Amino acid sequence: MHDALMSSLRRDEVSVMNRSDLTRRLVARLAHEEAVIGGIGHTHFDLWAAGQRPQNFYMLGTMGLAIPIALGVALAQPERKVFALEGDGSLLMQLGVLGTVATVRPANLVAIVWDNGSYQITGGQPTLTANGVDLVAMAKGAGLAHSVWARDEAHFEALIGLGLQAREPLFICARTDNAPPAGVTERDAAKIRSRFMEGLQVSTRGNQQTCAGAA
Amino acid sequence: MSTTTAGPSGETWDQTLVRVFKAHEIRLITYVPDKVLAPLIRLLHEDPYFTVICPAREEEAVGIVTGAYMGGLRGIVLMQTSGFATLPNALASLTLPYQIPLLMLISERGTLGDFQLGQVMVCRTMRPILNALNMEHYAIERQEDVEFIADRMIKQAYATQAGAAMILSPLLTGRVQRPQPGARHA
Repeated sequence: MHDALMSSLRRDEVSVMNRSDLTRRLVARLAHEEAVIGGIGHTHFDLWAAGQRPQNFYMLGTMGLAIPIALGVALAQPERKVFALEGDGSLLMQLGVLGTVATVRPANLVAIVWDNGSYQITGGQPTLTANGVDLVAMAKGAGLAHSVWARDEAHFEALIGLGLQAREPLFICARTDNAPPAGVTERDAAKIRSRFMEGLQVSTRGNQQTCAGAA
Repeated sequence: MSTTTAGPSGETWDQTLVRVFKAHEIRLITYVPDKVLAPLIRLLHEDPYFTVICPAREEEAVGIVTGAYMGGLRGIVLMQTSGFATLPNALASLTLPYQIPLLMLISERGTLGDFQLGQVMVCRTMRPILNALNMEHYAIERQEDVEFIADRMIKQAYATQAGAAMILSPLLTGRVQRPQPGARHA
């Protein structure tokens, strides 16, 4: 990993940025059909608003499972880079996944957490990060050596570039403001799953062929 | 105990399940441990065919298997009854609406002589939850049924893109007599 980019900044030392802007910066750098798992809430709203790529998966529920789902995709398709986008409130529900990712060590997984310190979609109640819980420190403690706060927009983009090249899992946290999302995802779960699988070039035809010959 | 539940070929349920998983190209195994499942978990770890992951919670395992399925890799979640009780939200908000053929293998604890109070009470919630979610479930009670039930449930899950819960009853798992390590055979 690039040592100069892997700073040891703490949460209270980095800029507060905008989630929609950072999501667009991420998507703009994806040139090789990388998969992106958008976590529940405004996280996937902004992914949707950044352009409806077939390799995007939008989570209409299930706080905390964006990184596990991304880990599953990463295991299934080791040649494809996979990004998970998750909110601080969601990750706080499923912190064990940090240890799971550190243990499995997928070479092709980048986890990004938007930390606005609040449950924005339910009325802005504070999350534990607003009281000082540092998710990068937790990730490091879980064994994810390459865990870092993004200092500003330029640093975030440089970290995405690093993640695209990395052969080890990378964990990036960015502090974000409470501006509303730039759009709203179409809520059709079956269609989301179907399009995503097509985007990953996975066919469900084999499932039916399992029962070949049956009426 | 006089009964051992081994099939005509001498297989026990864990050995049969390994064979069925391979026949269906289920290569990804996720589990949260259970004492009854321990022999199966050991076989899976020892076999390089399988990628075996033990996350901290069953919900994580559901997420991992869901992502793997969408990426073209088949998997299954192994757990005990109390682990299943942590899953209704993940099932109702992820695998059911997104039509994921999530395979679950649940060791049924809390019945037929279980002394663990926590297992006993949570056991009563398993079938009502499966029924409320309208999920296919079936208990395997005899060695001669292991292959038939597991094979058919797996086929149906993928063919219909609907999850399924294979329940390992103590009628099956509690009757197997295994040689203890270091014990002398009569």
